[in-house]
Amino acid sequence: MNLTTNYLGLTLRTPLVPSASPLSQDLDNLKLMEDSGAAAVVLHSLFEEQIRHERYELHWVLNQGTESFPEALSYFPEAPEFQLGPEEYLRHVARAKASLAIPVIASLNGATPGGWTSFARQIEQAGADALELNLYQVPTDAQVSGADLEAQLMEVIAAVRAEVSIPLAVKLSPFFSNFANIAQRVSDQGANGLVLFNRFYQPDISLELLEVEPRVFYSTPMALRLPLRWIAILFGRHELSLAATSGVHRAADALKLLMVGADVTMLCSALMRHGIAHLRTVEREMVAWMEEHEYTSIAQMKGSLSQSRCADPSAFERAQYLRAVGVRVGEV
Amino acid sequence: MNTAQFSTMDGNEAVARVAYALSEVIALYPITPASPMGEWADAWASAGVKNLWEAVPSLIEMQSEGGAAGAVHGALQTGALATTFTASQGLLLMLPNMFKIAGELTPAVFHVAARSIATHALSIFGDHSDVMAARMTGWAMLGAANVQEAQDFALIAHAATLEARVPFVNFFDGFRTSHEIAKIELLDNAVLLSLIEEKFIHEHRARGLSPEHPVLRGSAQNPDVFFQSRERANPFYTAVPGIVQRTMDRFAELTGRAYQTFEYHGAPDAERVLVLMGSGAETARATVDFLNAGGAKCGVLTVRLFRPWDAARFVAVLPETARAIAVLDRCKEPGSAAEPLFLDVVASLEEAWSRPIRPRVIGGRYGLASKEFTPAMVKAVLDELSAAQPRKRFTVGIHDDLNGTSLEWDEEFDIESDDTYRALFYGLGSDGTVGANKETIKIIGESTREFAQGYFVYDSKKAGAVTVSHLRFGPREIRAAYLIRRAHFIGCHQPLFLERFDVAESLRPGGVLLLNTPVPASDAWARLPAPTQRTLVDRGARLFVIDGTRVARECRLGGRVNTVMQTCFFAVSGVLPADEALRAIQDSIRRTYAKKGEEIVQMNLAAVDATLAHLHEVKLGTVGAGAGFAPAVEARAPQFVREVLGEILAGRGERVPVSALPADGTFPTGTARWEKRNLATEIPVWDADLCVQCGKCVLVCPHAAIRGKAYASTALASAPATFLSRGARLPAWKGLRYTLQVAPEDCTGCGLCVDVCPARNKSEARLKAINLQPQAPLRATERVNWEFFLGLPATPQAEVAPERVRELQVREPLFEFSGACAGCGETPYLKLLTQLFGDRLLVANATGCSSIYGGNLPTTPWTTNAAGRGPAWANSLFEDNAEFGFGFRVALDQQKEIAAGLLRTLAPQLGDHFVAQILKAPQSDEADLADQRDRIVELRERLRTLEGPAARALETVADALVRKSVWIVGGDGWAYDIGFGGLDHVLASGRNVKVLVLDTEVYSNTGGQCSKATPRAAVAKFAAGGKPGAKKDLGLMAMTYGSIYVASVAMGAKDEHTVRAFLEAEAFEGPSLIIAYSHCIAHGIDLRLGLQHQRSAVDSGQWLLYRFDPRRAARGENPLQIDSPRPRETIANYFASENRFRMLTKTHPEEARRLLALAQSDSQSRRALYEYLASRPGAEAPAVEAHPITP
Repeated sequence: MNLTTNYLGLTLRTPLVPSASPLSQDLDNLKLMEDSGAAAVVLHSLFEEQIRHERYELHWVLNQGTESFPEALSYFPEAPEFQLGPEEYLRHVARAKASLAIPVIASLNGATPGGWTSFARQIEQAGADALELNLYQVPTDAQVSGADLEAQLMEVIAAVRAEVSIPLAVKLSPFFSNFANIAQRVSDQGANGLVLFNRFYQPDISLELLEVEPRVFYSTPMALRLPLRWIAILFGRHELSLAATSGVHRAADALKLLMVGADVTMLCSALMRHGIAHLRTVEREMVAWMEEHEYTSIAQMKGSLSQSRCADPSAFERAQYLRAVGVRVGEV
Repeated sequence: MNTAQFSTMDGNEAVARVAYALSEVIALYPITPASPMGEWADAWASAGVKNLWEAVPSLIEMQSEGGAAGAVHGALQTGALATTFTASQGLLLMLPNMFKIAGELTPAVFHVAARSIATHALSIFGDHSDVMAARMTGWAMLGAANVQEAQDFALIAHAATLEARVPFVNFFDGFRTSHEIAKIELLDNAVLLSLIEEKFIHEHRARGLSPEHPVLRGSAQNPDVFFQSRERANPFYTAVPGIVQRTMDRFAELTGRAYQTFEYHGAPDAERVLVLMGSGAETARATVDFLNAGGAKCGVLTVRLFRPWDAARFVAVLPETARAIAVLDRCKEPGSAAEPLFLDVVASLEEAWSRPIRPRVIGGRYGLASKEFTPAMVKAVLDELSAAQPRKRFTVGIHDDLNGTSLEWDEEFDIESDDTYRALFYGLGSDGTVGANKETIKIIGESTREFAQGYFVYDSKKAGAVTVSHLRFGPREIRAAYLIRRAHFIGCHQPLFLERFDVAESLRPGGVLLLNTPVPASDAWARLPAPTQRTLVDRGARLFVIDGTRVARECRLGGRVNTVMQTCFFAVSGVLPADEALRAIQDSIRRTYAKKGEEIVQMNLAAVDATLAHLHEVKLGTVGAGAGFAPAVEARAPQFVREVLGEILAGRGERVPVSALPADGTFPTGTARWEKRNLATEIPVWDADLCVQCGKCVLVCPHAAIRGKAYASTALASAPATFLSRGARLPAWKGLRYTLQVAPEDCTGCGLCVDVCPARNKSEARLKAINLQPQAPLRATERVNWEFFLGLPATPQAEVAPERVRELQVREPLFEFSGACAGCGETPYLKLLTQLFGDRLLVANATGCSSIYGGNLPTTPWTTNAAGRGPAWANSLFEDNAEFGFGFRVALDQQKEIAAGLLRTLAPQLGDHFVAQILKAPQSDEADLADQRDRIVELRERLRTLEGPAARALETVADALVRKSVWIVGGDGWAYDIGFGGLDHVLASGRNVKVLVLDTEVYSNTGGQCSKATPRAAVAKFAAGGKPGAKKDLGLMAMTYGSIYVASVAMGAKDEHTVRAFLEAEAFEGPSLIIAYSHCIAHGIDLRLGLQHQRSAVDSGQWLLYRFDPRRAARGENPLQIDSPRPRETIANYFASENRFRMLTKTHPEEARRLLALAQSDSQSRRALYEYLASRPGAEAPAVEAHPITP
């Protein structure tokens, strides 16, 4: 069975790639991913805020209580240097690269233009095969228009593109007025791929504590419907590689996304829940399904149910909604 | 001058550099003010810095200074070059080994930041008491007078000892030299290599123990030869002064800096000569120069090599013209004919003076515990020498109205030249003032040809500490080992000081005052206190103001105004040209903050840019008619508090005369209440309707500044209008009113109470039942409410079940308003102790944080109840605390036995039934105790009617018949390390002593050094690369005896468990040990969230809650109960929340991962072991009775 796929110009053995998650902070986990058949790995994200906040916090904590009391002019030993944010991350990239044979895709997460985009170049120099730029915004300022925010995102993509020559994928949320337009503009900025979609860590409420709690919920297979639709729509429209993330738990999920046009399918919640070795199960089941249904390669099925190739292109658009809720055009 | 060879650093760093370069083995133990030497060495070793022979020295932290000396002794005996750093009590603990090392003629150097020895009180400050106590050990003693000499003598000592085979103490004055930052010429390795002779190292190694050429050393000798053997070493001592002088001469050839073992300075034909050593000699030399320039004929003989004393050399350097000599000792030897240096001088003159007229010699004490020694005092001594009949013995620097020893000095006498620029800065510890000033010294000292000096005065509070920085700059070497009296520049970095004292008082005419104030420049003059206005006008000063706090806040620097105020200093002082200064500050910021990331650099650079636009000069106006400053304590305070403690609080402690002070170090308790520090910018405000009256805020408040009370509604008749009260919710208090009240001027605003409050506002969930609000507008009304609250009747004790936190809250704490850190994790346990047993409590307190916030003058938080009863508190030492408290118990038990015997003897007169009642009183709860106290009152009444010695004797011990609670309190440094042997012995004694270990998992008081309680993977001083080993399980060790009550608690995780453990420990008729997790500033956490960290420690399994009660075993049950649930979060999560662990991931990420995995495994193994122990059938449990394991 030929499971080979091409993503961002990288030839991958299979379309199964662990997405950015805390799991990839650990080199042993990365090795286990490779041993379990991962075709590439996306490292955990280096956050714009993390870079800034970590430094403020370290500065504050190391200064706290110092030069106040004659017996304790400080509370920590003087460190000759700190491996902060990017430095530690870059070391991780280099170690991952040295330890793995599969491609290593680094991840940078931010939202606003600024000096942090220059870390992209350092990530490339550390040896990353590609970079995933995760653009995550929660705009709350009523004075800023959607158009302004979109322009800001494009500015960030352009800034990062200017820093690196390795393939660049952009991971976005689905919350845009016209995602097709956004995808086109991402392509215009020189990005090589789109990762659909970013999952928002939505806040929750603790009824007992009366506190807002940021909580991470694992995705369910239901979550794949959104990327499924947009990959189906975008497939074939431009040169961007398409990665599906969210809701990939079993082989059937991956197969559906590949059929609508995904080049790779990324797993996170499934690995968090079932363990990294689950990758092997998904691959085994995928092969079994393909054999059973007499497919010979991923390339064969890729995009076969995309909007442009499927029997009913309207199924991905508004008309399908009307049918789904039992309304026939003309009766509205 | 080649500026490249110059650097600015303090004495500790200067000495440590040399000691590190010349040592192979360094044994460490922290003690103020020597700790930084070990910390520097540890940091260098951790960074792989090599010594002179291209090896990284082995650094080992020991369990005590005694241990460090033993380790050094062993290393020396095996042929290594070994050293250690210490002071004060630490040096005393090294004495036994010092005798041995010297007796065996072993080359070694101990570097000592000379400090007082604890007598009537502990003092961390500098004098020569410690080195003088070591003068009989047979060690050579080389004393430095300044930072340059401290560095140079470190090398000279290391070089000389190798040749002489006599070990050396290289000492310099604690704080004055150890902590003074000065511009010094650094020694480079070439000089070190030239002075250290390899052949002597080879000889030393050859003498090392080895089975290849075995010898026996350390024999036991009989009367026949011991004496002769002691005399056998004499030639080595005779040779030392010559060796030292030759080494000094060679050093001079290499560096150009010439020293003499005895060095005379002054007029060649001087008639009056001072003899002294240490930093005081600097001041004496400068003063003599000043006086001689005016025609006087004075001199100073500085003693550099104190031991071995060379009488001939001493006399040889004295001018022939000397007619009167004053010998100044920086120590006190009570009962001696005189102090040691004086006696040596007198003996030398007696034996070696060959000229016709022998000078008159007088002796005086000065400078004990860093007491100021100024040019005016030097002049006073010289003036005394001119008197017809000078006092033979005197003191200088104090007002001795009791013994009449003190010399008067002229406060206005000043010798400082105009070309030495002097700047004073008043700041708070938290605002970064000292750090900025240290940078300023570096800027001027290292980028210009100017000399620079910085000395910093701190107070003894850990929260809201005031710092005073004394900076001098000038074209000549600065020889002023005393504080600045008249400054060209004064920076007041905190507006609150303006209310307290005249910040301009030390300004010289034409000087500059810079104020950080939120008051606009246009109002600044009018808002100044009148006395400050008067001073500024009288001195013709210039005044500048800036709202530095606002600038800092806007630049995201929080409360740290350092960069802003430093920029202002350079802008208005003119010590450097403006452009040059700006560049220098910017370079300094880049250098200082680069390793913390570009963001930190940029926000400080932004602050520099923003500062000058906000700096304004204010024209002096007319002086207002305002009053002076408010007294430090209220007029209604007791006389001793007003006249002694109040003077200390007002910064006038220097003027307190001898007669005003207690002769034996005994002070009244209950004094912290008079010290209204007003530290909090925000204080908790009670939402009475929302409050569920749970009492958790009261329990966790580290400063006892929030309290609850339930009382009859009739008590509210005269309540202030703003006093809040609600119906008590607790069924037991039905019909009573309840109030939660804050002490507005004692609260530190730490916020622990708000964090722990479980009640949320139903409409605005961010609000709780207590919320922080600005203190200033609340201060006046809440002060009145607090006073009213204190006057409310206590909740009847019969209606209080102490095991329930919500009821316990109304028990009066007898530990209040300490100077501990805002948000301290230790003090809530001490407060709880006093709420439960305070009226019958004796506390033996190990030296450490708790002895400082508990017993550092001027005030103490230990207090009394309305009946005048309360904790009796004493601190002996660091290492002996368990034994010290054990002594309390033994004495009390003995007195009780004596009293019981006398009672029985007097039973016929007192009444058999009455005596039996007293002897058989259960005294198990508050009611029993009250009954017993009533009986003792009755007993005293009856005794008054009786004649005879038995009745009189019983009166002296009758109080022993009331149950006393002896608690031995200390930190983990004491319990796990230095005091462990004693603790183990005392616990094994079976006696009824209670031990409370406030476990911060680090030596908190001395700045966060690693202890055996430090958990694996934590970064601490002396464990810069992360603690490699697991935390010692002190509780498990104690449990193995089977007869000791042991509990491990964490108040923030489970408060009622803590309370229960305290009650059970107290009720157990035998030894009890409570190990209390105490969050700490040294954990690198936000103290406001300290309780959450405690919870996280327990939830992750890092800290186990349990109780081991031998009484359960007696009932056939397993004595061990695990009280914390199985881990709900990972150790990794917990570690990620505390900088002590997180720091390792930033410095040694691989090692951090390795140690984290081991720590997770530690936690699981410990849990499994405890679960196994707790699951064993009761019958298999160990012995049950409290009994002495030791004879």
